[in-house]
Amino acid sequence: MRRIGDAPLVRRLLIAAAVGLSGLFLLLPLVAIFAQAFSQGVSVFWSNVSDFYTLHAIGLTLGIALLTIPVCLVFGVALAWLVTRFSFPGRRLLQTLIDIPFAVSPVVAGLIYLLLYGRNGWIGSWLNSHDIQLMFAWPGILMVTIFVTCPFVARELIPLMQAQGSREEEAAVTLGASGWTTFRRVTLPNIRWALLYGIILTNARAVGEFGAVSVVSGAIRGQTNTLPLHLEQLYQDYNAVGAFACAALLALIALLTLAAKAGLEWRASRREAFA
Amino acid sequence: MSIRLDNIAKHFGATQALEPINLDIQEGELVGLLGPSGSGKTTLLRIIAGLETADHSPTPGRILFGERDVTHVHVRDRRIGFVFQHYALFRHMSVYDNVAFGLTVMPRAKRPSAQDIRARVYRLLEMVKLEAFANRYPAQLSGGQQQRVSLARALAVEPDVLLLDEPFGALDAKVRQELRRWLRHLHEEFNFTSVFVTHDQEEALELSDRVVVMSNGRIEQIDTPETLYRAPQNRFVFEFLGDVNYLEGKVHNGTLTCGDAHLAVDLPDGDAELLLRPHEIRLAEQPTPESHLPVTITAISPVGAEVRVELEADWLAEPWLATVRHADFNRLALRRGQRLYAHPRHWRRFPEATENAEVQTHLA
Repeated sequence: MRRIGDAPLVRRLLIAAAVGLSGLFLLLPLVAIFAQAFSQGVSVFWSNVSDFYTLHAIGLTLGIALLTIPVCLVFGVALAWLVTRFSFPGRRLLQTLIDIPFAVSPVVAGLIYLLLYGRNGWIGSWLNSHDIQLMFAWPGILMVTIFVTCPFVARELIPLMQAQGSREEEAAVTLGASGWTTFRRVTLPNIRWALLYGIILTNARAVGEFGAVSVVSGAIRGQTNTLPLHLEQLYQDYNAVGAFACAALLALIALLTLAAKAGLEWRASRREAFA
Repeated sequence: MSIRLDNIAKHFGATQALEPINLDIQEGELVGLLGPSGSGKTTLLRIIAGLETADHSPTPGRILFGERDVTHVHVRDRRIGFVFQHYALFRHMSVYDNVAFGLTVMPRAKRPSAQDIRARVYRLLEMVKLEAFANRYPAQLSGGQQQRVSLARALAVEPDVLLLDEPFGALDAKVRQELRRWLRHLHEEFNFTSVFVTHDQEEALELSDRVVVMSNGRIEQIDTPETLYRAPQNRFVFEFLGDVNYLEGKVHNGTLTCGDAHLAVDLPDGDAELLLRPHEIRLAEQPTPESHLPVTITAISPVGAEVRVELEADWLAEPWLATVRHADFNRLALRRGQRLYAHPRHWRRFPEATENAEVQTHLA
């Protein structure tokens, strides 16, 4: 007997639709990016990539991502620990607040930061009088990037830590382990895959963020231009090959991230099968 | 190490989980905390462990291990072993690493050498008959094996007190029986003080030197299993320790009447409720002048040492359960639908005002 929803016609139709749509909307654009980037040969691609401003944009983007990840990591773990291991009034509200960066458009986030920390902003004017400039400089880019990416790690950890409960940690403490030892030897190994997954997502978003960054960076070439902003500028300047070379770099980073994620998922499923 | 609880109470928000409790546990004793869910037994165990803190107000309680006041001592410094209901083994560590954990986290000055740790872990694994499983992971073990690892892990640090939270609750009946016997044996051999929580009266009565019966955050009775079963102090204890049959009626001139049933009792006139255990009911084909309780058999379960027989009658609000020896079962040729007479050998009464049991025995 055939199971419900397993009619061959339905199955074939669904598979065809899935393959067709992902080919059209995902695979084709990806191929087009690389085709465009290499349309005038490898040497033109290479000269575009090794251009000073492009190299600077790559450096700034990776630097911001490298600084963002540890901040989000510590923030996410601390928040997940707080929400899953303690009960206090406002716990649910806090869990909702974590999602604000997901709910708010990044452009709005950028504008708020500009309003607060810009030269004429509430905090910014005070900072300005002390000669500290956050907006239109890399610290501003870092701040909005952290704002946009901070929920990823916590979002990955909270459901897992809720499901695992605190029994293992209690067991560790009854056996005489200190708080730090318990975290390092019991909690961390149990959450490490979710943690890595959260880092991968954070990294992908930090590298690709456009909206919030474009508001606060000022897009000064060679100074505050990140790779996505640089890409847009090149395109506006009718340098299509240069723009697509940058796009190819970003796509490459995305592909590497996806590969890392797939690798982790494969390992996790193997561990489950093994266990 | 003896345990002494002095005026220990606990609130969770506005609900009182434990009324102020005093409890003395002797060195080397195996004590069972028995009660239905929500009776506060697990809370009490966790307070002894230090995983929960007792109320500070209105009057602060005290917990003593021997002469040592541990009220304000952190869990990790109380020198307890705790066995969790669902084992709580470290899932990413091998059986060996689980058992060794407590030894490897000791401060460097007190930590045994690597060889000593190894020797001790293998001795414990041998004790729980799991030497061959040292390199396995918890998920590769059965429930009973996991619980044995969890016991070995708790004993590795040589605790003063072993606390077990429903240790066999999640296991099937046969494994549970085996582990119970094994824990009893272990306890006799090593003579540690232990407290365990259970909602299974059979387990509590079989395993404990003394049983603490709890309900609604209160201790109802503390006694040896024999005393508890023979002389329950109140109705709750009696009802919780086994199946109960009820007979409600009016007493007039030494006869309790209920519909067309009557029974000679030595009670003053008025309403009365009698409580009987299933083994206190004898079945016969004829009534006697003292006892006329006509019943009909509605179900028979011949599994186990005795045959369980369900009885119904017009005068009964709820069916009765009687247990009959296989020999009697065969002699009376019991079958469903058969009409018989029940004869109480023995019954109890818990008048609400006095709370004390009144027991009458009728030798049949």
